Amino acid sequence: MSTTVEPATAGTAEPISIHGQAVRRGDRIFRGVSLFAGITILVIIGAIGIFLIWRAIPSLQANTANFFTTSAWFPDQTPNPVFGIAALTFGTLFTAAIAMVLGVPVGIGIALFIAQYADRRLASTLGFVTDLLAAVPSIIFGMWGLSFLTPHMEGLGQWLNDYLGFIPIFRNDLNQYSKSILIAGVVLAIMVLPTISALSREVLTQVPRSTIEASLALGATRWEMVRQAMFPFARPGMISAAMLGLGRALGETIAVALILSASNVINWHITEPGGNTFAANIALKWNEAGPIGLSALIASGLVLFAITLVVNTIARGIIARHAEFRESS
Amino acid sequence: MSISRTVRVVAIAMLGGLALAACGSDSGSGSTGGTIAGQPCQTGSIKASGSSAQKNAMAAWVNAYQTGCAGATIDYQATGSGAGIQDFINKQTAFAGSDSPLKDADRAKADAMCAAGPAIDIPMVGGAIVLAYNVSGVDTLVLPANVIAGIFANTITTWNDPAIAAANPGVTLPAATIAAFHRSDSSGTTDNFTKYLKNAAASAWTYDSGKEWAAPGGQGAKGSDGMANAVTSTANSIAYMELSFAQNAKLAVASVDNGGGAIVPSSDTAASTIAAATVKGTGNDLSLSIDYTTTTGYPIVLVTYEITCEKGGDAANVPLTKALLTYTSSDEGQGKLAAIGYVPITGDLLTKVRTSVSAISS
Repeated sequence: MSTTVEPATAGTAEPISIHGQAVRRGDRIFRGVSLFAGITILVIIGAIGIFLIWRAIPSLQANTANFFTTSAWFPDQTPNPVFGIAALTFGTLFTAAIAMVLGVPVGIGIALFIAQYADRRLASTLGFVTDLLAAVPSIIFGMWGLSFLTPHMEGLGQWLNDYLGFIPIFRNDLNQYSKSILIAGVVLAIMVLPTISALSREVLTQVPRSTIEASLALGATRWEMVRQAMFPFARPGMISAAMLGLGRALGETIAVALILSASNVINWHITEPGGNTFAANIALKWNEAGPIGLSALIASGLVLFAITLVVNTIARGIIARHAEFRESS
Repeated sequence: MSISRTVRVVAIAMLGGLALAACGSDSGSGSTGGTIAGQPCQTGSIKASGSSAQKNAMAAWVNAYQTGCAGATIDYQATGSGAGIQDFINKQTAFAGSDSPLKDADRAKADAMCAAGPAIDIPMVGGAIVLAYNVSGVDTLVLPANVIAGIFANTITTWNDPAIAAANPGVTLPAATIAAFHRSDSSGTTDNFTKYLKNAAASAWTYDSGKEWAAPGGQGAKGSDGMANAVTSTANSIAYMELSFAQNAKLAVASVDNGGGAIVPSSDTAASTIAAATVKGTGNDLSLSIDYTTTTGYPIVLVTYEITCEKGGDAANVPLTKALLTYTSSDEGQGKLAAIGYVPITGDLLTKVRTSVSAISS
């Protein structure tokens, strides 16, 4: 691009290109269009950030509690609004973490099975079905989670309490097992599966044939080959797949709003009803919120926005480090 | 060929635009020859938004009005009371539906918007909040106010608690944990229910009233339909919801005892509580103060209001708004409420409502 000579008028002699003027003009137009597209995304992100900050300020000024350490959410209380994001941050990160712990191994397992172990017809069917899962709207997951999964997971909750209750997070002091963070996490895990498995499958099938064959020729078993030849090659892609999944888990709204008991408390017991997330809280409170309430919800949205930016930045960092390893090795 | 096609596409687009513009200019109102409930019909179109608690009542009224008066279009969006009031203040709508009267800050803005006259709260739809429960073997249940407060404040946690047993002699109560559901979304139902608890059971309910649930414990469910589903699917559960949701889900509901004996929730028993409410608004503003400690009617009631300008509303909207509210406050309009799970406004209060509606002018 930097070597392009800008012709002053059309039709002057330009010796370099065989196609002449037309290509240069096309180049310039295309450069302009792609530059515009690139700037647009920056402008949009910046505009969203500015909008959130601007609309959040009134409530943050009115808040009589510490915004970061308070769990309660009573922004429309007069005269002293009290609200904070402690419980929301906890619930959002905790449900997303459960979704990652359950979803990432299974998602990568599906991808690996499709890429390496399944015969071709099964692989294409399975690939189609996991992609289909991605097209299911989240409200459907929410309704399924609420009316089917919630009653059917009470047994699991009870079992965890009875046999693993010595681990604090599995203990249940209330003897109530529905509408818990665990159930929301399981539904989120299912929702992030297709994202993770589809992207991981793509990168796993791109591992060069020669690398795989070299590994097998050296006497590696198939699992050793997967571990030593495929995973190092595919790791950056699999990490970005997991991060895209995490983005969905952090921002998922309606499914979580339906399933969670949505109380703004920090509760480590994952089988007890309770917990709330940023997105679910916004969905649940928006309709009836007064002016300060709306502003407070926007402030919480700003925090979610910041959390997703931080998570993505960290993911970029990890991918960049692994990419360096690959090039240097 | 391709040029003529372009021309055709443009022509069609322009025609579409003209048609849309024609629709757009259709707002405002006028009158035609017909009558509804003894009043002349108004035509035109108005928009309104607000309380979802009165959604079904408004849908029934709008349907009846539009059927009776051809040429009238009324669009009521159940966006929630808060959003409805904001829409009204921002001149998006002809009136707002709300679960509670205007608060001072909103009232100042609404009065300023109306310019020529104040914004007024007109009670139009009543409701009963019932305690629906799902306990096998318990067909009738009586709950005194302080027991209701105890259950929802998480201080009474089992069904065979002595306080519940004392109010229900002869009923075999199971030794099961109570699963008490509250609304996880902000809601006018929660606001009215907690107002009741705060007034009728102050010693057992030490939390504030409000649209957000403030007490610890219990489980949250989204929306009245979510509450009804939760009770249906959870054994040993109890939840508060509007009468119509309990009726539609065929749930058992508890009678409430404010100290004067158990009162079964119904449209009639709730209507007497609403009719006995005192008006705390001034002039034609009829914001109400409900006596939650009543022993003669079913005490857990809510009233939803229509909020509009007494004077100074958009001249194009006023005739149809006034005609609609005249219809909804007529005997025919109020008569539709009981059948769909609401509570009508009755007695002197209804007379005051009609006086307020008749005062609306542009």
